[in-house]
Amino acid sequence: MSHPIQINNETCVRCGECVPACPYAAIRQDQGAVPAINLDVCTLCGACVDVCPVTAIKIEATSKGAALDSFRDVWVFAEWSGSAFQSVTFELLGKARTLADDLGQKVVAVFFGSGIANQAGPLIAAGADQVLMADHPDLAAFQDERYAQVLLRLCGARKPASILFGATTVGRSLASRVAVPLFAGLTADCTGLAICPQTRHLLQTRPAFGGNIMATIITPEARPQMSTVRPRVMKPLTPDPSRRGEVVMTELTAELLKARARRLSFVAETGSTINLADAEIIVSGGRGMQKPENFAMLEELAGVLGAAVGASRAAVDANWIAYPHQVGQTGKTVCPKIYFAIGISGQIQHLAGMGSSDIIVAVNKDPDAPIFKHASFGIVGDLFQIVPILTREFRKALGK
Amino acid sequence: MHIVVCIKQVPETGNVRINPETHTLMREGVAAIINPFDMYAIEEALRLKTKTGGRVTVITMGPPQADAAVREAIAMGADDGVLISDRAFAGSDSWATSYTLSKAVTKFGDVSLVLCGKQAIDGDTAQVGPGIAAHLDIPQITYVRKITEIDEKRIVAERSLEDGVETIESSLPCVLTVTKEINEPRLPSLKGKMAAKKAVIPVWKADDMGCDPKRTGLNGSPTRVSRVFAPAAREGGETFTGDPEETVPRLIEKLKDALLQASR
Ligand SMILES: Cc1cc2nc3c(=O)[nH]c(=O)nc-3n(C[C@H](O)[C@H](O)[C@H](O)COP(=O)(O)OP(=O)(O)OC[C@H]3O[C@@H](n4cnc5c(N)ncnc54)[C@H](O)[C@@H]3O)c2cc1C
Ligand SMILES: Nc1ncnc2c1ncn2[C@@H]1O[C@H](COP(=O)(O)O)[C@@H](O)[C@H]1O
Repeated sequence: MSHPIQINNETCVRCGECVPACPYAAIRQDQGAVPAINLDVCTLCGACVDVCPVTAIKIEATSKGAALDSFRDVWVFAEWSGSAFQSVTFELLGKARTLADDLGQKVVAVFFGSGIANQAGPLIAAGADQVLMADHPDLAAFQDERYAQVLLRLCGARKPASILFGATTVGRSLASRVAVPLFAGLTADCTGLAICPQTRHLLQTRPAFGGNIMATIITPEARPQMSTVRPRVMKPLTPDPSRRGEVVMTELTAELLKARARRLSFVAETGSTINLADAEIIVSGGRGMQKPENFAMLEELAGVLGAAVGASRAAVDANWIAYPHQVGQTGKTVCPKIYFAIGISGQIQHLAGMGSSDIIVAVNKDPDAPIFKHASFGIVGDLFQIVPILTREFRKALGK
Repeated sequence: MHIVVCIKQVPETGNVRINPETHTLMREGVAAIINPFDMYAIEEALRLKTKTGGRVTVITMGPPQADAAVREAIAMGADDGVLISDRAFAGSDSWATSYTLSKAVTKFGDVSLVLCGKQAIDGDTAQVGPGIAAHLDIPQITYVRKITEIDEKRIVAERSLEDGVETIESSLPCVLTVTKEINEPRLPSLKGKMAAKKAVIPVWKADDMGCDPKRTGLNGSPTRVSRVFAPAAREGGETFTGDPEETVPRLIEKLKDALLQASR
């Protein structure tokens, strides 16, 4: 049987260019010999074909479709802070469970960190059939190059059909770095994922152009199919501690852990800059707040609701509140259960960051403010009168 | 030190049109601006140049009219710029875009630092910066809010994470993507505007950079748009007017269920 990828013995000049070019480390070369390709590891990505100066490496075009079928399982990159998982990890596992069940395949969590050997339980309870772990002091905190190298190695050895990441700082930085050497398609900031019943491709839906349109993206001819997924959109499963799963430790080499950048220090941000992306409720203020002092009013309301405080760009530009609170196209994208827009007009750039919230409540004195067209509920009136009443009534309703 | 800034010309959001056949963006007749995050990248490059000396080059990949973005950056103070433009690049996704931009960086030969915005406001992917780093096989620091130290060989920068700020040291060359917190972009000076008008902006095509035709444009883009549709309309849309002592309790009644769920 002829192999789908071959190196021509006659034309090969034994230069060895292809060996380091292989993202899967599938090519070996004994001194002075024609390199050999390990077909169990090779994904036919073509990286070697491109670097070969004498075009001695050939991939049979027809083998591509068949090769796609050898990619299996839905992987989730488990984002670990050193002591806890980001909530998006469980949301992704919930979604991955549905996708994998549709395909009749496994859900695999990839989990990197230090001293994590006993921490796989929550991932299995949340839907994983298998946890691929890399446990090493050098992996204690996210490090772009190391995490990418280890993940690439795992992909090469196990060929996942799909990999899901949270659309977080870490997920976005890592996914792209991994997608490039794999020649994988990567869809950013997905809000919908499904399996096409006919083609079995992953259908990745995401908002584009500030939420003006939705686009469904596929990767018909490359694997793995990679997505970063917006936090708080997918629903986690109810954890089931009786679920069983397999834990597999990854062997790490010094080569895999090499890095040219390193973390010198980390300072946790505390207090009022609570994680907007993670908040269930957000109370945001805009230019209508008039003064920085007035944000105290929103903080009080937020305190009663257990909410985070956000802001429009107008409020941030006026220096009433710090930039990390800005919601919108040039700020954060959020998706809480309830979003309060207080004294915010609802310009397209603001809507781009909060338009997919479950419920939007608007308070604005202008009945024609565009925000009312997007709000689930609106109150027309002066916010300085309304917010204190909101705070008081919510306090009552919540028995606080 | 040679600093390359990647800038993208993007349509002003709000008046976007989509080609119904190719599902790609129709740029004709839509006002174009430099991607807001890239303005911070340009500004940071100019500040670094004042500190360390060297040269700031902006590159943009896009249609011929993206020339205007390069000139705008020169007006701000960039030394020169290149327009990367070729039919062969049409339909590029972030894989092909980062490949093409990395080929341009390689062509310069002497680049110490590549600066990008944290994301483009049209695609919103935040993938091109790390993609360029991956293609060049050099380190990356994403979401940079401050550069604290830099010399010929290394850089120290602060990266914003969701739960805090980390300080990262990297060897050069390196790719940085910057957030809005890093600086306040300057306005073009009169002298800059004159320079921008006179500047000759070279156009690099695929062949000029030795691009592999299998890796550019649609060929080099593993993703395909299969469908574009309007977002679902929002339920509800109830607006209350009148005395807040009366409207607020009505609102709270409506929110009760969601509220109990959310604030357990
Ligand atoms: C490239 C670009 C990127 C941008 N990115 C963002 C972004 O990320 N986030 C963002 O938010 N914006 C962004 N903007 C800006 C955006 O276009 C708007 O200018 C901004 O959102 C307006 O903020 P605002 O609604 O608070 O202010 P305004 O539009 O001035 O609205 C204030 C509202 O408060 C109401 N009001 C005033 N007083 C009271 C009162 N006493 N009681 C009740 N209501 C009152 C008014 O009726 C008005 O509707 C961006 C713009 C550009 C060009
Ligand atoms: N066509 C392009 N030309 C130049 N730079 C680009 C281009 N596309 C993206 N970039 C750079 O990559 C960053 C991230 O873009 P994106 O990944 O599309 O969100 C932008 O802020 C730019 O710095």
